[in-house]
Amino acid sequence: MVVQNNSRRSFLKVSAATGGGLMLGLSWLTSCESDKAKKANPELVMPAEWVTVNAFLKIGDNGVVTIMSPNPEIGQNVKTSMPMIVAEELDVDWRNVVVEQAGLDTENYTRQLAGGSQSIRHGWEPLRKTGAMARHLLVAAAAQQLEVDAGELRTENGVIYHDGSDRSLGYGEVASLAATLTPPEEVTLKDPADFRIIGHGKKNVDARKIVTGQPLYGLDVQRDGMLYAAIVHPPAFGMSLKSVDDSAVRGMAGIRDVVTIDARPEGLEPQWSDVNAFPKLVAVLGDNTWRVLNARKALKIEWERDSEPESSEGHRSALEALLNDGKAEEARRDGNPEAAFARAATVVERTYYAPFLPHNTMEPMNFYANVTADGAELEGPIQTPEFLRKTVSALLDMPEDKISIMMTRMGGGFGRRLYGNFGVEAALISKAAGAPVKLVYSREDDMTQGTYRPEYLVRYRAGLDEDGKLIAFHVRGTGANESPVFANRFPAGTVDNYLAENLSADTNISTGAWRAPRSNFIAGAEQSFLDEVAEAAGKDPIAFRLELFDRAKSDPVGEDNDYDAERYAGVLELVRDKANWNTGDDKRGVAAYYCHNSYVAQVLELEMKGSEPRVTEVHCAVDCGIVVNPEGALNQIEGGIIDGIGHALYGALTFTDGQPDQQNFDTYRLIRHSEAPTAIHTHFVENGIAPTGLGEPSLPPVIGALANAIYRASGERVYEQPYARPRQLKG
Amino acid sequence: MATYTITVNGTARSVEAEPEMPLLWVLRDELGLVGTKYGCGIGACGACTVHLDGAAIRSCSLPIGQVDGAAVTTIEGLSENGDHPVQLAWLEHDVPQCGYCQAGQMMSAASLLSNSPSPDDAEISASMSGNICRCGTYTRIHAAVKTAANKMS
Repeated sequence: MVVQNNSRRSFLKVSAATGGGLMLGLSWLTSCESDKAKKANPELVMPAEWVTVNAFLKIGDNGVVTIMSPNPEIGQNVKTSMPMIVAEELDVDWRNVVVEQAGLDTENYTRQLAGGSQSIRHGWEPLRKTGAMARHLLVAAAAQQLEVDAGELRTENGVIYHDGSDRSLGYGEVASLAATLTPPEEVTLKDPADFRIIGHGKKNVDARKIVTGQPLYGLDVQRDGMLYAAIVHPPAFGMSLKSVDDSAVRGMAGIRDVVTIDARPEGLEPQWSDVNAFPKLVAVLGDNTWRVLNARKALKIEWERDSEPESSEGHRSALEALLNDGKAEEARRDGNPEAAFARAATVVERTYYAPFLPHNTMEPMNFYANVTADGAELEGPIQTPEFLRKTVSALLDMPEDKISIMMTRMGGGFGRRLYGNFGVEAALISKAAGAPVKLVYSREDDMTQGTYRPEYLVRYRAGLDEDGKLIAFHVRGTGANESPVFANRFPAGTVDNYLAENLSADTNISTGAWRAPRSNFIAGAEQSFLDEVAEAAGKDPIAFRLELFDRAKSDPVGEDNDYDAERYAGVLELVRDKANWNTGDDKRGVAAYYCHNSYVAQVLELEMKGSEPRVTEVHCAVDCGIVVNPEGALNQIEGGIIDGIGHALYGALTFTDGQPDQQNFDTYRLIRHSEAPTAIHTHFVENGIAPTGLGEPSLPPVIGALANAIYRASGERVYEQPYARPRQLKG
Repeated sequence: MATYTITVNGTARSVEAEPEMPLLWVLRDELGLVGTKYGCGIGACGACTVHLDGAAIRSCSLPIGQVDGAAVTTIEGLSENGDHPVQLAWLEHDVPQCGYCQAGQMMSAASLLSNSPSPDDAEISASMSGNICRCGTYTRIHAAVKTAANKMS
């Protein structure tokens, strides 16, 4: 495989290294269009230069290689899998690789973002080119040194061999010379058949630090002179800060300051990531997290109402009214749906609901900030560092190049840390107090100041003819701030008469992306509904879906169908075979879904324990193209399955007069060890296609598989999440 | 404020604190041992699990005033070289995703195995269910506990 190197001059930055080795500064994710990159000098530059360039690959004289990992690590394992791709093409022994997290560096990296399961998909080719380019230069250097043609050399595990003369050189021995060479116009990538690292499970590069309790997370940041900060936000959505009397708090042991901040001043143009229902906050600063959390109770704060308080009952009736009578946006229409429904022999109509969900990352929101007149240093858990910096720059009136952001390993993200209000708050608190601070949310702060998964309501109708053929399909969905409907996804394209409609309900509850946005609801609804339609048609649920895919393969309806019917059907067939599906008489639940460019199908088995389902076994087939790191990939699939089961069974955030009714894990139920499936069997499709997302795709369909399994085990269809009624928990 | 002395990972440490300050924040903010995590503050998630005189407890809900003179083991002190069977098993099964809850999970697992060297599936499930893993690594945790039990036998 040959890849044209369109940005050769920007590709490689070289600098001399200390200690005899050499640093090849590789701007591996540099955009071809970057002005800075176009001006980059490919010649040797001095060490001072590489210090300012964070995107680099370092080769030590002993052959040890340091690979920087540019993307935020939220548990999706990119800190292991992305460097694996570089190491593969570089052709080094993975055991000699050290991985370091890069900070925010928009001059040298693009898309330093964790979201949409896109890191591997977007990084795949640039990362391979980065490794291959470095390998090419090392081989060229060895050829000079050995005075042979480069074509006579081969590499293996960081060593360059000249078999003809039985000589060899380690990468570390030629790195200095390699750095002086001109990068080639094009670079040859490995044949995937020769991969030694990609496709071979590698363990989490941070695992040893994790199991020995080393500092890794934002909450672990500690600096000399740092104060801890806790915030107080309004008790309910629709309220804001009016005044604060902090006299009882000042003077308390360990308390240093009380400040108020405003993250939404007049004139600030919010970005998409500035979702924040409570921009005006009070912050207490002191020398210990517990002291500042505790001292907040002595503040006397007056709140004022600036919009109507909302409650769950009202939310639900508003969604129902909208769904029944609202004027919808028509997102897609094929054929003549109403005429088809009129002539249908059978019409099935069902409505599905899911509540608001908090993200509940195990590590609560937090951030370190040190704002001075000269600049701002930020460090913490953030999925979108570039956007955080923009907002902080605007609020501090400070140029972006004076603001540094270091990403820590994150104790979960699930979408919450796309919205960096906590980072903004830390910066404003640091500025107001004139001190370095670490802002820490209590669990209650975290759960009650969220960017929640919206509440959703969707109605499906399906029309079948006398032979049980699907002739009409209608989906009409609404939700808080957004509709959950994807108009061009399955079963669009498989039915002649199709209508998709969107409605959105206004709310003052802040909402945002939550692992597999919209899909995390609509997949379960759609796959439950299709199960019922298959039953009405008198067909096996897998056979029924495969018939639809046959139509999409042979004669698709419309041109905008955003899935590949072959791959979609492929995962369904694979899971059918691996789970030994008993066509026509299986007692398990099945579902399939496509999102984040990957295909997943599942067969789920459960038993009823009283009224509560307990999942015992899940079979899962996945088509995400090439699996970069099978070890991490399996973990992601398993995690998504357990996450989906847990939230569908137990998750719900409800509101009374604008106040969340659940504020901690005594009232908010998350899935526990004893409630997780005892076995998950994952099967990857091997097709050699470039890799796609894995952090999200296994979650959405499992909710459908769960609902369908509940029906087969209990005889009852479930339409409302959470499927298991919430109950009080004991700690 | 009073002075308390506790033995942490084998070393005597003195701290000035209010008697109500939870052990968790003494460990993290006063002693700089940040391996023990904050998750909920009410003893409902297990992220803050440490051993107190050998038994697993939730350090977020235990005031320092009640543990004066006690011996505390945190994840940093579970073993000298990171080679406790539970730690080795966690590495072998590549358990962590985000990893944040895992210190608490391992402290619970180590405590379970010291009391019950060969727990069956039901016992593992029951005793590990006080520790939440938001990423959903439960099946791996379960397998790792079994592996650790085998290593210890």
